[in-house]
Amino acid sequence: MSPQITPIADSAQDLELTERLLAPDGTRIPHASLDPFVADIDAAALRALYRDMIILRRIDAEGVALQRQGQLGLWAPCQGQEATQIGTARALAPQDYVFPSYRETGVIYARGAEPGDYVRMWRGEEGAGHDPAALRVAPLQIIIGAQTLHAVGYALGILHDDADDVAVTYFGDGATSQGDVNEAMIFAASYQAPVVFVCQNNHWAISEPVALQSQYPIAGRAPGFGIPSLRVDGNDVLACMAAMRWALAHARAGKGPAYIEAVTYRMGPHTTADDPTRYRDESELEGWRRRDPITRVEAHLRSIGELDETHAAEIQAAADKVAKEMRAACLGMVTRPPLAVFDEVYAEPHSGLERQRDEYAGYLATFETEG
Amino acid sequence: MTELTLGKALGAGLRQAMQDDDKVVLLGEDIGKLGGVFRITDGLLDEFGAKRVIDTPLAESGIVGTAVGLAFRGYRPVVEIQFDGFVYPAFDQIVAQVAKLHYRTQGRVKMPITIRIPWAGGIGAAEHHSESPEAYFVHTAGLRVIAVSNPEDAYRSLRQAIASDDPVIFFEPKRLYHHKGDVHLGAPLADAPPMGLARVMRAGSDVTLIAYGAMVGTALQAAEAAEDEDVAIEVIDLRSLSPVDYDSVAASVRKTGRVVVAHEASREAGVAAEVIASITERCFEYLEAAPLRVTGHDIPYPPAKLEKYHLPDLDRLLDAVDRVLDRPNSMSEVGA
Ligand SMILES: Cc1ncc(C[n+]2csc(CCOP(=O)(O)OP(=O)(O)O)c2C)c(N)n1
Repeated sequence: MSPQITPIADSAQDLELTERLLAPDGTRIPHASLDPFVADIDAAALRALYRDMIILRRIDAEGVALQRQGQLGLWAPCQGQEATQIGTARALAPQDYVFPSYRETGVIYARGAEPGDYVRMWRGEEGAGHDPAALRVAPLQIIIGAQTLHAVGYALGILHDDADDVAVTYFGDGATSQGDVNEAMIFAASYQAPVVFVCQNNHWAISEPVALQSQYPIAGRAPGFGIPSLRVDGNDVLACMAAMRWALAHARAGKGPAYIEAVTYRMGPHTTADDPTRYRDESELEGWRRRDPITRVEAHLRSIGELDETHAAEIQAAADKVAKEMRAACLGMVTRPPLAVFDEVYAEPHSGLERQRDEYAGYLATFETEG
Repeated sequence: MTELTLGKALGAGLRQAMQDDDKVVLLGEDIGKLGGVFRITDGLLDEFGAKRVIDTPLAESGIVGTAVGLAFRGYRPVVEIQFDGFVYPAFDQIVAQVAKLHYRTQGRVKMPITIRIPWAGGIGAAEHHSESPEAYFVHTAGLRVIAVSNPEDAYRSLRQAIASDDPVIFFEPKRLYHHKGDVHLGAPLADAPPMGLARVMRAGSDVTLIAYGAMVGTALQAAEAAEDEDVAIEVIDLRSLSPVDYDSVAASVRKTGRVVVAHEASREAGVAAEVIASITERCFEYLEAAPLRVTGHDIPYPPAKLEKYHLPDLDRLLDAVDRVLDRPNSMSEVGA
């Protein structure tokens, strides 16, 4: 038997090795296996996805602005990743449960976040920005990769309940180096749990390029765990939606986990505290600007005569309205009183903490009596 | 009343908890057919099936992280970590996820997870099989920490831990797995003393000796030995390390005025340090002598042949008792 040759480094970077339905110039590319998954997406539905992406970009810009104005401690921008987030999240069923990382603003938007939900955590008012039960989205996760295991555990619960929900987890390319993400794939495959892994390969983990995390296309790892995977153009909203529908159908049909690598690009800094000019070439960014996920859909819609100035104006107005509400919610937030720091550490009374709370309450009371 | 070993009592506790609530699921390495390396889960796979007694891949962070997801789904996972020294790979999931999710979500996500850890030394085990990591968890807000010392407590507090809506780190002294004691198998949980309460194991008026886990037995031996010299030691089993029942502890110290705290874990920033600091804050004016600690040394857990020099034994406890009583002791000047 001759030795197998395993492709390495080069193909990890090769963007032509991704599945796509919309070319960067907006041309619709037929795709025998993915087309059936988006056969129902007519021009109106595609326009709705376009609208979502515009609104998301506006929310993101507002987040950056609020941080720059000192209203938020930090913000993790997702500019450039709109197609991945909207395309995959809009494929979910209401009962599915999402375990995101900190960058999934578009996912919580698609799950029905309230205006304040985008900023509550980043402003430092509460530990989680949204109500997990209401959105069926776990709190945004800061520990890289931890949430992937939570999704698998949740999916194990789905199996035990004999339900057909799916658990979905989002993580970055850097996260794929974490033990937890690899453990999650092992557990998911072992139990054939209904979980979908969505790796947003945005090329950078702060300053570390994806090649430092992986010398092989990331989607190529999943089959080694016994998990089928797809590598899609993450800047193609249709391809992202098709891939996600494929993965969800696979998991819902009891066939176990599925894995998607969405190859995209983080256009801005990692967070508002980051300075990408220290590690990234301007020319690289230029190349990706030409692949902008929003421009692509816009070009397509215009070419088929499905986007006119009235639509465009309506969408812009909707985006401005969401941003305005988000800003108002942010500025209107009232910080809870001091003793709230002790709330909900435990579900049941804890004598040690209660004593500390009483002590602190007594201390605070001295200010009141001083008048 | 049924006489059971501590190990069998834990198994009975798990069985009862699983019968009481079908959301209780067990996860761990080798807990199915083998019944766990200590056989605590013996028979549970046959009785409850593979959906509730889940043999996991060999990955501790994976086990605890999966339990977190199960809790999101409304389950009450009970995790078995195979040995104390193997909890470290799961440390991140425990302290950053399990402990915090309730707080972060303002109570909207509950983490009723029990993490059972066969714990501490004295059995001549290999490296990483005799550790006492309790201080790490006591230091972590959001966790409850339980350490049991006898079959009756083991049976009852394990069921209480599983029924609790909070995450509980549950330490099982493996040195005592084969120790026997009477257990009230049918006793309703509602009538039992709460999980967080300390217990006076033996009354005395001269010195308060505080211990937990396997050290409770050594403390009781010390009390017996001291009786021959007319010293009455009051022995307190803390049972809960987070929270500590300081009302019981302080009541004893107000009576005796002298305190020794003993544990196997090393000394620096350990549980004894915390207990003594709290006692000093609360009842300084009742103290007749500086409270003392008798602990493991600040060393990595030594090889089995040397562990007897590390673990506090009867003589080290009695020496500390002599010191708080200002009787001749290891610190007395020789010949003075
Ligand atoms: C366990 C852990 N280590 C380090 C960090 C600090 N950190 C935050 S984001 C990040 C890079 C993550 O990159 P990636 O997974 O590709 O996701 P992206 O931010 O690009 O979406 C690092 C190192 C962290 N949050 N958690």
